[in-house]
Amino acid sequence: MAPVSMERDLRLDLFRGIALWLIFLDHIPSNAVSWITIRNYGFSDATEIFVFISGYTAAFVYGRAMRQHGFVVASARVLKRAWQVYIAHVFLLAIYLAEIAYVASSFDNPLYTEEMGVLDFLKNPDVTIFQALLLKFKPVNMDVLPLYILLLAWFPPMLWLLLRAPSTALISSAVLYVLMWFFEWNLPAWPSGTWVFNPFAWQLLFVFGAWCALGGAQNLSRWINSRFVLGLAIAYLVFAFCIAMTWYFPRLAVYVPKFVGEAIYPIDKTNLDVLRILHFLSLAVITVALVPSDWPALKSRIFWPAIVCGQHSLETFCLGVFLSFAGHFMFTEVSNRLFMHVAVSVAGIAIMVAIAAMLSWYKQAERQGGGPRPPAARPGLAGGDA
Amino acid sequence: MSWRVLLLALLVLAGPAWAELPAECGVAAHLVENSYPLPKVKRAIAAKKLNILVVGAGSSQLPGANGEKNAYPARLQQALVDQLKGVEVKVTTDIKATRTAAEMVKALPPNLAAAKPSLMIWQTGTTDAMRAVDPDQFSQALDQGINIARGASADVVLVNAQYSPRTESMIALSTYSEDMRWVALQQEVPLFDRFSIMRLWSDLGTFDLYSATKKLDIAERVHDCIGRLLADLVIAAAKPPEPPTNGSR
Repeated sequence: MAPVSMERDLRLDLFRGIALWLIFLDHIPSNAVSWITIRNYGFSDATEIFVFISGYTAAFVYGRAMRQHGFVVASARVLKRAWQVYIAHVFLLAIYLAEIAYVASSFDNPLYTEEMGVLDFLKNPDVTIFQALLLKFKPVNMDVLPLYILLLAWFPPMLWLLLRAPSTALISSAVLYVLMWFFEWNLPAWPSGTWVFNPFAWQLLFVFGAWCALGGAQNLSRWINSRFVLGLAIAYLVFAFCIAMTWYFPRLAVYVPKFVGEAIYPIDKTNLDVLRILHFLSLAVITVALVPSDWPALKSRIFWPAIVCGQHSLETFCLGVFLSFAGHFMFTEVSNRLFMHVAVSVAGIAIMVAIAAMLSWYKQAERQGGGPRPPAARPGLAGGDA
Repeated sequence: MSWRVLLLALLVLAGPAWAELPAECGVAAHLVENSYPLPKVKRAIAAKKLNILVVGAGSSQLPGANGEKNAYPARLQQALVDQLKGVEVKVTTDIKATRTAAEMVKALPPNLAAAKPSLMIWQTGTTDAMRAVDPDQFSQALDQGINIARGASADVVLVNAQYSPRTESMIALSTYSEDMRWVALQQEVPLFDRFSIMRLWSDLGTFDLYSATKKLDIAERVHDCIGRLLADLVIAAAKPPEPPTNGSR
C-alpha cells in the first residue's frame, strides 16, 4: 500500500465546488445559462465529477479513521453520514412537494391537460410519500442523493477491502459493473421503471475515486503524466465535442458515419456508459496536466468561492437543488427573459458561496469556542466533508 | 438563447418563403426539417387521395365543445385541403389521453386497417416520461409501431412532446426525446420536433406558454400553428425532388 498524502488536495474541493455549480445550473429547467455547462460539449457531465470526488474524499477521510480506530468506528461514521444525506433528501422532498402542490392548485392551462397528469400522485399522498421514504419514488433531479446514500451505506466493507487489497477491490467493483451490463441489474423505482442513476453502475466511479485516494493515483501517475495518454485524452474530447455538435445542428448528423452512430448510441447515463467514463477520465487527465496540486493559485482568492463550496458539498448540493426549484419558480412567476436567467444563475451561485462560507465560519467558531473536543470526533479534515 | 434571436433575424430576412403561414407560426418553420422522403404520401397526392391517421395522447387534443375542431389534427386537415387543391384529404384520429407508446402500438393494426392511411403521424413520449417507462421498452415500442405502419404501407412522422415550462421540473422528458430522435434517425423517419418549435415560440414571446390562463385562445393558436407546420412537412414531401440544393440530405 502506497503511503497516503496527509494534506487535503485543494483541487478536489475546487472541482467539486465547480461541479456543484454546474449541477445547479443544469437543474434549472430551460435555463439559458446552462449552455456553458460541460454536458453540452461532450458525453459526461458534472455528475461524474461529483461522484468520483465524493468517492475520493470518502476514502481519504474514512480510510484514515479505519486505520486509526478500526472497522467498527469508521463504519459507524460512514453510516452516520449516510443517515445525514437521507435526512437532507427528505428535507428536499418536502420542498418539492410544496412546489408541486402549488403548481397543481394554481395552474390549469388547457394546452397542458396531459402534462398536468404528472400531479395526479398528489391524489394519494399516502403511497407517494411512503415510496419516497423508501427511495423508490424520486422526483426529477432528485436522484443523486439516493445514489449517494446507497454508495455510502455499502462503503464500509468496500473500504475495508480497499485498505487491504486495493487492486482486488477495484477489480471486484469493475466486475460488478460488467455483471450489471450483462444481467441488466438495477433497483426498481416507483411508479414504474428503475433508478435513474443505477447504483450497480455508478459505484464503479465512486470506488475508482476511493482507490485513487488510497494510493492508486500515485501508481497511475506514470500513465497520467505521459504525453501519449494526454494526446489520447485530447483526441477523445475533440471526438466527443464533434458528436455533441450534431445534437444541436441536426444537419451535421449526416456526416457521422452510420457505423459510428450505431456503435455509440444510445449514450446511457443511467448505466454510466463506457463512453461517459472515458470522457470523464479524459477530462481528469487533462485537468491533472493543467492544474498541479501545488499550484499557488489554488490558495488565492479567485478560487476560494468554488473551494469553499466543495468543502461543504452536501449542504451546497442540497441548497443548489432548492435554489433550482426557486429559480424555476422565478421564471414562471416573475419573468422568463434572458436577463432573468442570468440574474437567477448568478444570484444562486452567490447564495451557495455565501452559505458555504458561513458554514466554514460556523465550524471554526464551534471548534474554537466549543471547548476541547477529542480530535477523533472530527469526521473531516480542514473543514472538509466526505 | 441569443443565437435563436439571431436565427430569427435571418429568418425575417428570408420571410417570403413562408408567405402562406401566419407570421407567428412561421418563426419556427426552419425547425421543420424534411429530413427523409415520404414516398407513399407523394404517390397519394399524385393520385389525388390522401388519407392520414393521427395517433396520439392527451397533447393531441383540446378540451371543450370545439376541442376536436380546433386541435391540430383537424387544423392539419384544413391546411392540407386549402393547399392541395383537387386532392381529397381525410384525417382520421386515434387519440386517447394518458397512453404510452406501447399502449398505442396495441391499437395500431385495427386502426391502420380501417383508415388505410398513406401517412401515420404519431405523437408520443409525454406519458412514457410521466410514468418513467423503461427507456428501452419505449424505444422498442417506437420501432414496433413504425414497422407495423410500414407493413400497412404507410409512411410515418413522429411528433415529440410539448414544451411545457411549468411542469418541466416534474417531467423528465430528455431521455425520451433523445430516444425518439435516435429511433427516427435509425428508421429514417422524419421527426416533427414539436418541443423545440414550442420552446422557440416561448423564447421569442410568440406565445406565452407560462400563462396560467384557463382560456383556450393560446392553446387553439398553438394547435393551429402545429397543424399548419405539419401540413408544410407533408406538402414538402410530395414536391418534385428536382431542387437538391439546400436540402438536408
